[in-house]
Amino acid sequence: MSSANLIRIALGAYLLIFFSYLLGPLVVMSLTAFNSSGFPSVSPWACFTFEWFGVLFEDKHIRDGLFYSVVIGIGTVILSVSMGLAASIVLTQVWPRFRSTYYTMIIAPILIPGVVLGISTLVFWDRVGRFLGVEDGSFLYGLFHNGIFLTILGQSSFIASYAMLVFVARLQRFDPGLTEAALDLGATHTQAFRKILLPFMRPAIASASVLAFLASFENYNTTTFTIIDYKTLTTVLAQKVRLGINPSISSLAFIIITLTVFAALIFEAVQRNKARKDAVRRGKLKTGDKGILPSFLRGNPAAIMLVLLSFVVIAMVGTAQSYSPEQCKIRVKEERQIEIQKRIDALKKARAEQQATEAAEAEAEIPAKPAPATSGAFGNVFAPDNLTTEEEEVDVAPEAGSGAFGNVFAPGNLSDEGAEAEEPPKPEAGSGAFGNVFDPGNLSGGD
Amino acid sequence: MSSGVAVDLENITIRFGDFTAVKDANVNIKGGDFFSFLGPSGCGKTTILRAVSGFLEPSEGRVLIGGNDMAGIGPNKRPTALIFQNLALFPLMTVWENIAFSMEVAGASAKERRKRADELLDMIALPGQGDKLPSELSGGQKQRVAIARALCANPDVLLLDEPLSALDLKLRQHMRTELREIQKRVGITFIYITHDQGEALTMSDNVAVMKAGIIDQIASGHEIYDDPATPFVASFVGENNVFRGKIKSIDGGHAIISTNRSGDLVARITPAQVGNLAVGDEAMMFVRPEAFEVAPEQGSTGQNLVSAKAVNEEFEGNSFSVFLEGDGGKLIKMSVPNLGQDRISTQGHDLTLRYEPSNAVVMPAGELASE
Ligand SMILES: Nc1ncnc2c1ncn2[C@@H]1O[C@H](COP(=O)(O)OP(=O)(O)OP(=O)(O)O)[C@@H](O)[C@H]1O
Ligand SMILES: [Mg+2]
Repeated sequence: MSSANLIRIALGAYLLIFFSYLLGPLVVMSLTAFNSSGFPSVSPWACFTFEWFGVLFEDKHIRDGLFYSVVIGIGTVILSVSMGLAASIVLTQVWPRFRSTYYTMIIAPILIPGVVLGISTLVFWDRVGRFLGVEDGSFLYGLFHNGIFLTILGQSSFIASYAMLVFVARLQRFDPGLTEAALDLGATHTQAFRKILLPFMRPAIASASVLAFLASFENYNTTTFTIIDYKTLTTVLAQKVRLGINPSISSLAFIIITLTVFAALIFEAVQRNKARKDAVRRGKLKTGDKGILPSFLRGNPAAIMLVLLSFVVIAMVGTAQSYSPEQCKIRVKEERQIEIQKRIDALKKARAEQQATEAAEAEAEIPAKPAPATSGAFGNVFAPDNLTTEEEEVDVAPEAGSGAFGNVFAPGNLSDEGAEAEEPPKPEAGSGAFGNVFDPGNLSGGD
Repeated sequence: MSSGVAVDLENITIRFGDFTAVKDANVNIKGGDFFSFLGPSGCGKTTILRAVSGFLEPSEGRVLIGGNDMAGIGPNKRPTALIFQNLALFPLMTVWENIAFSMEVAGASAKERRKRADELLDMIALPGQGDKLPSELSGGQKQRVAIARALCANPDVLLLDEPLSALDLKLRQHMRTELREIQKRVGITFIYITHDQGEALTMSDNVAVMKAGIIDQIASGHEIYDDPATPFVASFVGENNVFRGKIKSIDGGHAIISTNRSGDLVARITPAQVGNLAVGDEAMMFVRPEAFEVAPEQGSTGQNLVSAKAVNEEFEGNSFSVFLEGDGGKLIKMSVPNLGQDRISTQGHDLTLRYEPSNAVVMPAGELASE
């Protein structure tokens, strides 16, 4: 008995850990989308805000990237699902002796690094263009150097293999006798394919399509070579990370997560509804009973959750229209200012004491910068709390050091408040190297 | 509905690589016949059927349906419909869609199809079950749906590949009669495959008995049972006691065989082998269990008497099976009809068995069906 309990507890703990591992990052990321803090973070919670959604919708790069990601995703689904289906059917028809060789060949693209696929797609179509002698400016030349065309081909070259694996698994359960039966009853080969094999493959086609779309949507390493002058969401995000990110990316993640949950709930609800209708049809369930709920919701938790979630989302969008975090922001800012002021005072005091003992050396530096204290303070908003490293305080003069560090994330993040900080405090000798690592050139985007 | 059409197989040989699955088969099936192929598993029955329905081309020889050579004509162009060994109902279609599939591919409207499907559902005694899925039917119902689906295509020849093998005994017997009735009603040619001899004998006008790709005998069920052409047919169809020995003398239609363990016995030469036996030949004699009876004068000897000791007795309802041990341990089976309560058991007794010489057949020695 007790050992059974122990197992149950262990299992519960395991599940808890497993799910927090699985979902934790998503939850945290979603939360950061609602924090007014300029860097995606949760722990110093500033103000609840919807502003990052606005930032996201305003961002043309992300919008374009999203659009092309979807276009490329659809193209890849069409191409790779049809190639995968054809390949899997050939696998069942090919002479048994060649089957494993053929299989290896078809599977190979999965094992080849995406980078290689990307480069070779690029090179290959360029060569094809040259071989055919297409001229710069002609349609074919344009096509062979078109980022969307090349990305769809490049991605499909390995996504088709994934699709094929899905189809092979399903095809193994197909009774070829069914095709023969259809032929025997007068169907042509095309009819037998369309009316017998294809309906049987439909669930596999659906899952392969989803798989292919997701694989295409999140692909970076092949796309980055083949996309040329276009952009996808992944390439845009990669660029952004290099320049410093802000929570609008979290809000994008939140939207994607919400859509995924919606899709899953819709799928489940439809499935349950179908099962219920089947049961009614077979007479296992009475349909006549009157309930408060419409029939679609009856005995269908997924549908109920779907409706609830829809309400939540509508309510959220509604509040977002009227809600303004300005009040809170000002308060937070003031609080910070006060706190920072306190720290500076404390530091000053410490310096003063230090000065007293080591009067000779430090004299020149300390009184030199009373003014930057405010701008330095901005840096402090991010620096000491988020990034506290012991070194920093030791190596770098306090005001300047934290200011430089804050700037790493600053201009993009602080666009609203940052105006005051446009002139970063001159780092002192010790911190100069540090500031250069994150060259101010990188930061230009924010202003 | 179309009337029956003849099917002729002319010197058909079918090879898979080096393996010959069917060897030089010659079969003429009359239009409207219920014709069965009977043989043990793996003897090439399905292969022949697939050659008729067009799923494979014979390596040699011709398939004629209604006198037309079928070479190069695909399965969807032949006037045949095949009921598969595993039925092959389309699992994602409802029963009525299954039945009317041949009309769907021919372009009939949903209304026409539904109407015809309902007619056929009535015929197979499943009215109102059209909207079920095949997975929701019982074995026997699936069976009938498969038959209806094949009939819906209006074939001239219906091919059935052991369609009853998956059913339990009672249902199988029921379906046998039903199939036979359907065949009489629609009047088309049925080619039926089975390894169950009872099935072949009850239903068929004619039966071909096959052994490892070779057709041993084609005849009516009666003839196959009473006048088997080869030792294989004699031992495969029904039960038989076999006596081996050498031909001692031949007199008209009868021969005396000096058996290895049971002395000299007389038997009729089976019609197919008249002229093929000579004195001194290795031969086999067959006597069916029900052809034996307990001789009126016990202890005597003669050319139609066999002595043996009853060692075991089994009750089979309508009859008793008595297992006897003859000289040298030879096993003999006798079947005694159950005529009532007051039968005295013969178990443990030494008995003299008698048979009518016309009920025993003798033929050149050959291969037997494995037990
Ligand atoms: N496609 C094939 N390739 C190679 N050999 C085959 C093929 N189809 C059948 N055979 C062989 O031909 C022989 C006859 O097969 P067939 O299916 O006709 O047997 P069957 O009489 O229908 O047996 P069962 O009663 O078990 O269905 C078997 O030995 C089988 O192994
Ligand atoms: Mg078979």
